[in-house]
Amino acid sequence: MQTNRRDFIKLTGVGLGLGLANASLSAFARATKPPIGRVVVVGGGYAGATVAKYLRMWSLGAIEVIVVEVNKQFVSCPLSNLVLGGSKSINDLTFGYDALKANHGIQWVQDTVTAIDSTAKKVTMLRGELSYDRLVVAPGIDFIYNDLPMLASAEGQQQIPHAWKAGWQTVNLRKQLEAMPDGGVFVMNVPKAPYRCPPGPYERVCQVASYLKAHKPRSKIIVLDANAEIISKKGLFTKVWATLYPGIVDYRPDSAVTSVDVATKTVTTDFDKVSADVLNIIPPQRAGKIAQIANLTEKDYPWCEVDFLTYESKLVQNVHVLGDSVAAGLPKSAHMATNQAKVCANAIVQLMAGLAPDSVPVFANTCYSFVTDKSAMHVANVYRYDEAKKIMISAEGGGVSLAPSDKEGEYAASWAQNIWTDVLT
Amino acid sequence: MMGLATLLITSVASATEVFVLSASPSHMRALAASCAACHGTLGNAVVPNGGGNGVDKAKLLAGIDKTDFLTKMLAFKSGEREATVMHRHARGLNTQEIEGLATYFSAQTPRQPSALPSQVLNKNHAN
Repeated sequence: MQTNRRDFIKLTGVGLGLGLANASLSAFARATKPPIGRVVVVGGGYAGATVAKYLRMWSLGAIEVIVVEVNKQFVSCPLSNLVLGGSKSINDLTFGYDALKANHGIQWVQDTVTAIDSTAKKVTMLRGELSYDRLVVAPGIDFIYNDLPMLASAEGQQQIPHAWKAGWQTVNLRKQLEAMPDGGVFVMNVPKAPYRCPPGPYERVCQVASYLKAHKPRSKIIVLDANAEIISKKGLFTKVWATLYPGIVDYRPDSAVTSVDVATKTVTTDFDKVSADVLNIIPPQRAGKIAQIANLTEKDYPWCEVDFLTYESKLVQNVHVLGDSVAAGLPKSAHMATNQAKVCANAIVQLMAGLAPDSVPVFANTCYSFVTDKSAMHVANVYRYDEAKKIMISAEGGGVSLAPSDKEGEYAASWAQNIWTDVLT
Repeated sequence: MMGLATLLITSVASATEVFVLSASPSHMRALAASCAACHGTLGNAVVPNGGGNGVDKAKLLAGIDKTDFLTKMLAFKSGEREATVMHRHARGLNTQEIEGLATYFSAQTPRQPSALPSQVLNKNHAN
């Protein structure tokens, strides 16, 4: 499985010659039977799975792709708040990788990456190592427990889940809500931005409120927001809470969590002390662990700086970073992660063929939030590369729904079906 | 490494010519792929009941009539045609991009993918 550098160079030479003669990448790719290069992808989430698929598709199989992912299954964060509301089960949001692997000839290793040697171009895992020509790191987020050490342990998170990476913690939090007596208090926080999924915490408030309204109407939700105000779809969420969930949601801005007492489920902020029956703490976030291990973040800066034409790290050559770990100044959403993955795949295919990457990438982001079990609302924008600023900036015409609706709820459900199928088949 | 670097540098002149030919398709395939979250891979949306109702059918872009696509998108862009979310995207794209997408999606083959079946969450899943 080791890449033979000499072979790679030789084949690239042959491939380039043919490609140039025929003036077409597809002819070049088809003419080159053995791989023109190997890309290792660390992480099989929205970004990692997408970049793997599109690298294979757009190189017409000429690029060898190996994904290293620790989990056997993909669990969708989008829609996972509906598990808390009760209209979805975690098993509705869990998928296998088999179709993706088989349809596109992607090699797959279920393992944990422990080290990346960017000089030797080598990835070390618990059970082996892989060499690469280009590496794509898509590790999602990691939590910062410096100020909340009591929540760093599995025991702490069993009592007080973050449920911010969909999976068993989501199920745990739902069970805690089911066990909570009517009249109980659910307390959750919103970490300081930027964090994964800007409207996500506020959607969570809606989903928990929807469950409480129907089943435990004397209960309340206290929201401790570290930010000065609701940071996404503010007008819409404020209106939804006032009209659909009056008397249930007690929203408190500028309320960063400074300490948690796990045993009593008591939260301390700069101004307040709040006791909960069910407590959900979403810690502040930074780029995923492997991005830190691979020195893809600057000291004292939590996210990875990249070139937005290729998503290559600004710190480490031949290593690309995708998804929530990227310092993009854009929403850390699933749709955004897939967009970055596609721009990156497109760029790598071009680069490996000796061609320049697309100089003006354009993509769209659509993000729905469910405010009840059926009703949803969007924020949608087109983003275009700005050649002077060298970043993706929002085009004209973007914005949010006038009001949530059941029709948008259907659109949102369809969005989920389609993005899952795009990413995983 | 020397070999590869030299090779790439000596290829630059002719590679640039190739790029001129391939830049547009490469740009357009990535832009079109951004639509996949709602409209499926290569415009092949997963639609319940084979696209029985109008809204679902409108999601299918693979093989769409080029003029039909153009007319609708330009009407979304101008506000002449009401939309739930498409006006956001149509307004953000320029006319050239909309034309490019019309050409791209009309050239795709419709293939009616089915929804990906979900699974029971594995006991050992992290998080």
